[in-house]
Amino acid sequence: MKPARRHEPYLLLAPTLTLLTLFFLVPFLVAARESLFSWDLLTPRTYIGLSNYRTLWERGELGRAFRNTLAYSAVVVSGALLLGLALALLLDRKGQLAAFVRSAVFSAYVVSWVAVALLFMWLLDGEVGIVTRLAVAVGLPKKNWLGDADVALYTLAVVSIWKIAGYAMIVFLAGLQDIPPVLYEAAALDGAGPVLRFRSVTWPALRPSAAFVATTSLILSFQAFDVVRIMTQGGPAHATELFVYAIYEQIFLNLRVGRASALTLVFGVLVLSLTALQLRLLRGREAT
Amino acid sequence: MKARLLVPSLVSLVVAAAWIGPYAWMVLTSLKTLPELLHDPTALLPKTWTLAAYREVWATVPMARYLLNTAVMAGLIAVLQIVLALPAGFALAKLDFAGRKTAFGLVLVCLLVPAQATFVPVFLMLGRVGLVNTLAALVLPFGASALGTFLVRQACLSIPDELIEAARLDGASDLHIVYRLLAPALRPTLVALFLLSFVFHWNDYFWPLVMTTDDRIRTVPVGIALLREQGTGVRWHLVMAGNVILSAPILAVFAIAQRHLVRAVATRGF
Repeated sequence: MKPARRHEPYLLLAPTLTLLTLFFLVPFLVAARESLFSWDLLTPRTYIGLSNYRTLWERGELGRAFRNTLAYSAVVVSGALLLGLALALLLDRKGQLAAFVRSAVFSAYVVSWVAVALLFMWLLDGEVGIVTRLAVAVGLPKKNWLGDADVALYTLAVVSIWKIAGYAMIVFLAGLQDIPPVLYEAAALDGAGPVLRFRSVTWPALRPSAAFVATTSLILSFQAFDVVRIMTQGGPAHATELFVYAIYEQIFLNLRVGRASALTLVFGVLVLSLTALQLRLLRGREAT
Repeated sequence: MKARLLVPSLVSLVVAAAWIGPYAWMVLTSLKTLPELLHDPTALLPKTWTLAAYREVWATVPMARYLLNTAVMAGLIAVLQIVLALPAGFALAKLDFAGRKTAFGLVLVCLLVPAQATFVPVFLMLGRVGLVNTLAALVLPFGASALGTFLVRQACLSIPDELIEAARLDGASDLHIVYRLLAPALRPTLVALFLLSFVFHWNDYFWPLVMTTDDRIRTVPVGIALLREQGTGVRWHLVMAGNVILSAPILAVFAIAQRHLVRAVATRGF
């Protein structure tokens, strides 16, 4: 409809668009500019062209952050998908027990990452953690879940799955609600067993939900920081250094603003392409 | 028939244990004393149930200050987002003007940009104007919400034009229409937005960590995480007591508003 006065829409939008531009778009320009300088926040900065990018590439820091993030994300995404789906199928039923368990699982998604990270540090402590003690009690080898460079990244991934599985479950449950019961009845009449019913009715109907969970948890896992900062600080031997933590380390621990900015720019491009993918899926879901 | 009902119930109980168990361990640990914890770290129950760990946390760190800071910050952000998203979402959904597509595109692009991709330059920008270590550094960057604007716009689409035109004929101003007519009509959306925003920023560790170093402006998640970093040896009963203080308010919100939160998360994505 026509605005009451011509300038009205611009006034209504001005605060939002100003803040969004200032805090979401301008930062990329600032990062692009800073990435061409060498600066430690204290002494005057010097222009060094693309050296920051070259250094990050040649010293393998960029590749390491990327590889770690990719490995972590692969485990988190597949874990969230599988566990979320299994939980949704298990708990898609009436009754107080199912409702209670649904709440319990989803509550982990609502509490702070800080609480979850600290709690699991205590549970998984290599000496006095109850998980370690229980594992030893049933005859499993004693593992240093967070101190072993081969294990730590996957420990972080499992903790993250524990936290976000409830979210995946909720999305799958919403998908299950949309399946008309007639379809199951028809399949049952055709003599389809549970496996065939899942393959021919449930899974096709849940594919959009699965795509949604996959992209969302991929984006979430690319942004992961809290678990790393609290549980491992990127160690041991950089084994758990995820992308965002690498940026944090460059600016706040190494005081290298230029390199942090260069990493930021690479990270921004990565995340934007991932989320653009998600937006396309979202649009597809709305259209159907 | 009985087995078909029994098996899922048993598996459900195992699942419940996998999620409730860690919380239970957190609470039980927080009720123990340091000597008990050193003597037998995996004893199931505290020998003497005590709130000493909570008192010690309260005495060693300015917890009341942290709680106040966090509540003020999360509340301000949530309110500001709603106050700004309403007029913006209304304009994008209902009004014809040159540049509408561009403006909406800008909102969508910002929807894709996480704080982790902007914190370095925003830190530098805020540093230049002397705002690092202030409440403004915690609130302003989130004052406008691309997600909120998007959700309000979508919700506005279902409001009939006639309603707004009728109000205009009655002489209502734009601001009156936005805040007095639209706000009540969009209540479910605004409640969901407030809850998502408040819970997210109450829990947020990342932004307060990188934007503040000052104890006076510190928030609960940062303060609790520091409990583990400071101190001689890790006194887990204190850390777990802090964890309970951090999580209890959010779990209470969750218990009260679970339906809203679940629906918001299921439709929003994350």
